[in-house]
Order: sequence, then C-alpha cells, then structure tokens
Amino acid sequence: MRTEAKVLLGLGLFFGVMCAVYWNWGHENAGSVMMFAGMLLCFVPGGYYYWWSRRMRARPEDDPNATQAQGAGVVGAFPGTSIWPFTLGMGAFFVVLALVFGIWFLVPGLGLAMWALFGGTAEGRRGGTQ
Amino acid sequence: MTDVLDPPVAAHHDDHEHEEHHGPTGILKWMTTTDHKVIGMSYTVTAVIMMVIGGALAEVIRAQLTTSNNSLVSFAQYNELFTMHGSVMIYLFVGPFAFGALANIIVPIQIGAPDMAFPRLNALSYWLYLMGSITMLSGFFVAGGAANFGWVAYAPLSNSINTPGAGADLWIGGLLLTGFSAIFTGVNLCATIFYLRAPGMTMFRMPIFTWNLLITAILILLAFPVLTAGLIMLYCDRHFGTHIFSVQGGGVPVLWQHIFWFWGHPEVYILALPFFGMVTEIIAVFSRKPVFGYKGMVFATLSIGALSLGVWAHHMFTTGVVLLPFFSIMSLLIAVPTGIKMFNWIGTMWRGEVWFSTAMLMAVGFLITFLIGGLTGIYLASPPLDFFTHDTYFVVAHFHSIVMALVLGAMGGLYYWGPKITGYLLNETIGKIQFWFLFIGTQVFTLPMYLLGLRGMPRRVATYALHPGWQFLNQVSTVGAVLVGISTIAFMVNVVYSWKKYPAGDNPWDGHTLEWFTTSPPPHHNFYRLPQIRSERPTWDYNHPGHTAAEHGHHQVHHEEIPAP
Repeated sequence: MRTEAKVLLGLGLFFGVMCAVYWNWGHENAGSVMMFAGMLLCFVPGGYYYWWSRRMRARPEDDPNATQAQGAGVVGAFPGTSIWPFTLGMGAFFVVLALVFGIWFLVPGLGLAMWALFGGTAEGRRGGTQ
Repeated sequence: MTDVLDPPVAAHHDDHEHEEHHGPTGILKWMTTTDHKVIGMSYTVTAVIMMVIGGALAEVIRAQLTTSNNSLVSFAQYNELFTMHGSVMIYLFVGPFAFGALANIIVPIQIGAPDMAFPRLNALSYWLYLMGSITMLSGFFVAGGAANFGWVAYAPLSNSINTPGAGADLWIGGLLLTGFSAIFTGVNLCATIFYLRAPGMTMFRMPIFTWNLLITAILILLAFPVLTAGLIMLYCDRHFGTHIFSVQGGGVPVLWQHIFWFWGHPEVYILALPFFGMVTEIIAVFSRKPVFGYKGMVFATLSIGALSLGVWAHHMFTTGVVLLPFFSIMSLLIAVPTGIKMFNWIGTMWRGEVWFSTAMLMAVGFLITFLIGGLTGIYLASPPLDFFTHDTYFVVAHFHSIVMALVLGAMGGLYYWGPKITGYLLNETIGKIQFWFLFIGTQVFTLPMYLLGLRGMPRRVATYALHPGWQFLNQVSTVGAVLVGISTIAFMVNVVYSWKKYPAGDNPWDGHTLEWFTTSPPPHHNFYRLPQIRSERPTWDYNHPGHTAAEHGHHQVHHEEIPAP
C-alpha cells in the first residue's frame, strides 16, 4: 500500500511544483487550474492510501516473502453474467442520440438507464448471478 | 522457493464451472459477459475493425494526393476523410486497443488476479466504446456528412455557424461515450493493480507492461475528464447559445485549444505507454534476458507520465499566447526518460540470445520507427523550428512515425499474446511477410512527408495545383500507404490461414511473467494454481529452478541459463 501511495503522492507533488512555476511564470488561468486539479487528483487518493498504509499490516501482495497460501480465501465478489452493463450502455447511447436527433430520444435513453440502475443495484445486492 | 501451493482462487472455481454450463449461450453470452478475457477479445476485434476502417479512409486520402490536381473526392469530402481518419485511428483504434484490448486481457493475468476489479464496469466500458464508435461513424450516413473540422475540432471552426449539421454533433456524442469508456477503464485498471495482486507480487515486481498500464490509467483519469468537460462546453456553444469559445460573446477560442491539448498531449502518452510496455515484455522474452534496468524503466515511465501533463501547449506555439520557454523545456525534458527507455531496450537485447520471431521483429521495428518519430518530435519542441514547420506535412510525418510505431507494437503484441488469448499460434512466415510490408511501407510513406513538410506543403489540402513539384514525393508516400495496406491484408490472411492450426501450449515463448504460467486460453478466473512470486519474472523462476531469483540489478549473466531445446 505504501508504494501505491508514494507513486500518487510523488506525481501530485510534481504537478504542484509545475503548477506553481507555471502560474508564476505565465499567469495563464486554464492550464494552472487544470494542473492544480491534477495535483489534487493525485493527492486525494494518494493521501488516503498513505493514511491507510500507516494503519494496516502489509497485505500479502505487499510482502516480498508472502506465500500463495497467505492469499487463500475469498479474493472478492466477481459477478457472473450480467445484462445490466449492456442495458446501461444502450441507455447512454440513446441519451447521446438525444443530443443530436431530438429530445424524445431521452425517453428510451433515460428509461433504459434507470432500468439498468435498479436492475444492476438489485443484482449487486444479491451478489450477482452466482 | 519454487513450490506451488494451493491457489487463492481455487475455491471459486467449482461454482463458476456450474455457472458456465448453465449460463446464457450464443449472442446473449457475449452480451452478458463480465469476463475480462471475453471483453478484451471484443475490444480487440472492434479495435482492429476500426483500424481497417481508418486505414481505408487513409488510402482514399493518399489516392487523392497522387496527382497535384486530383478530383477523386471533393474538398468537402476530403475534409470529412481526414477528420474521420484521425478520429477513428486515435479515438477508436489506438487508444482502445492499448488500454481496452490487450491491457484488459493481460494485466489481470500478469498480476495473478481472477478478473478486473469491477467486471460489470468493464463490460459497460466496452458497450460505451462500441456505441461511441458507431455514433461517430454514423456521421457518414447523415445529411451534411461526417464531422469535417479536423480531429482537433478547433474553435471557431467547430461552432454551429461554420460546421452545422448532425455529423459534428455525432462526433461530439461519440467522443463523450468513448471518453466515459476510457475513464471507467482507467478506474478499473487502477483498482485492479492496487488491490488484486497475487501474494508476493509487490509493486516493484509487477511486469513493466502492468506498470505502464498503471501510469496510463492515472493519466486517463487526469486527462479524459478535461476532454469530456470541453466537449460539453463545445456542445453548449453549438446549441444552447453559450459563448465559451466565441469571441462575439466574450469567450476565448484559444481556451478550446488549451482544454483539448490538456487532454490531447497526455493522450499521446496514454496511447504510447501501453505499447512501450508491450515492447519491453517482447524484447525481454525474445532476448532470453530479464528487462535491463527494471527500476529505471519504471521511473522513466513515471517521469514521462508526470511531464506529459506540462507540455500541452507545444501544440499551440504559433497561437502566440503561450509561454514558449516553459513548454519548450518541458517537451525537451521528455526526451530524457524516453531516451532511458530506448537505451534500456537496447541493453535488454545486448548480448542476449535474440530470437527474431515475428513479435520480436515488430518490436525492433517499433524501436526504429519510434526513434525517427521521437527525434523529429524533439525538433518540433523547439519554437523557432515549430514556427517554420507548424501545420505542414513535417508534423504529419512526425506523428505518423509515432503512431505507425505503435501499430508495429500492437501487431507485436498480437503475435506475442495472441497464443495466450486464443490458444493457437499465428503463422510465422506470413507474419514475417506482414512485418516487412508494414515496416518498409511505414518508412516509405512517412519519410517523404518530412521532405514535403520542409518544402512547405501544408496539412489538410486536397490539391496542390500550384506546386507540381510536390507530386513525386506524394506518389512515393502513396506507394508506402499501399504497402501498409497490404500488410493489414497479410495479417487478416494469417488469422484465417492459422485458424486453430498451431496449438500453442501454455508457454510457447518461455515467457517470464505470470500469464505464461496458466493455460492457453486461461480458465475462468485465470489460474488453477500460482507459483511463488520472488522476482519480477515468476514463471521463468518456476521453469528454471536451478537459478536463484535475485533482486533487481543483481541478475546473473544468463548465457548458461538458456533451456535446452
């Protein structure tokens, strides 16, 4: 966990320094704001990982001498098959078509998206199709 | 050291066999899958189709330019052609092929994970990418034709007065969908790499390919939201009467360029880094050596990623409103980590037992082509030279050298990992024919463009009647484009010819990394068992047990370690 944190914090630090240099040298708003946001986008998860890395024992994947047995047990819940990503994708497709061909495309678009939202959430609560 | 213990994922396996037997079949199976390998395969097929479409558009462009005053296509059609060629290749082929196709399949296997961290999100990424591609391409079938403002959609050319019509809106909509697809893939890759590594797979034991995809994913998360925001602003300008990018309403047209390139330059590295990773893996395996300078490679990738956020305005030197020295220095600095990578690749091959399989040839072709593109990129980072060559064919040649290098890398990746994904090797003879057509074709079609650019030929012109002297070089370039087209046909012939003909076995190349430890194709959830991971090449350690795994920088000379045939 600590290496992950260092990667993100290091990138964030570099973006911060670059942003400071750029702002003081060029006084250009758009780029400075975007670099500042880039810094935050690295600092927030990086800081979170660093905070956790000081409070947890090294995970098996952080331990250079770990055996495979240490990773035994449930890795995570991996859903089997699911139709909802397809439904949501089609919903997003129709929403985008509404941008081009007319507002009425929002009806199937948002309809499919909401259906996928409820269906996917319900499926997630059941732990996927096992 | 090399004993194999029970796999962490074995417990799941029985459940899923049951599910596999009773799950949906046929097209419904494809539509409902959340298996990263199936999704990755869908990505691969879709991206290769996009490459063929984009390539066909390119051939029409090159055909139009064979004579100075050709009338094969009209000016308006030519605008659509080069816009959609660039858009299809960048947005729909190279990017999704890099971080959607091979990354999706290989990264979880390389780190010993059963799947991507969010399988359903992964499936959603694919559907958004597919529908985004269809949306963008459907511009050809609407009144007014496809988008025709260049793949960069500069304001004010892209506003509703200069570019009315549905084609441009479909282009924006397609990009929104593929943009979200990329963002979700980025989230997925980050989470997978941070949370699903096998025990013992520390960050500094991850294969370089996985490292590069991690940096790519972080760059995606930094860059793509900016593009998405910019596209929404552009749409508002076109339809809701805002004036974000128009001078009349107090907006700033250059802001679009800032936003676009703030995405667009990291995008170049989002495209390139996965292929750097592929080439690193290929060169190490086919040189029978560990990667030379593993940590140097990782830090070079990290610094390329870091610097890539501070170079966007080198695309805007001629606007006159950007800080030239800052962007020039940052752009030149990128040559340093890229140079480190270049020397590390050569160092990996140096005194290795090099096996010139098709994948290795593609990787070496990548190095040469990328070197040409990279060095000319250094010229362009210098503002005085850029003022001279901006918007000429020199720039076109520069980035075509880069992206054709990526195509060589992509083909290398397909020849290298194809057997793992499908279980069958491709024919090596046809592969080598394909390589020579692709490699020579690439040079024949890009090198004349450099000269044309230096002689002043501008980009995006359909005719050049006043400069008949440019005709010969254009014809040479067209010949090169045809050679590249033949190489693509050779690839398709190879796929058909080799269809289920040469069973690969688990480890046809004596590979280093975990994907070569499992079966070809890998089972559901990837592994029946895992080896102990004690270095960055666990499969090699397992297959060559006499040789102690050493930490980085302490690898022994491996001459005597070559396995007996």
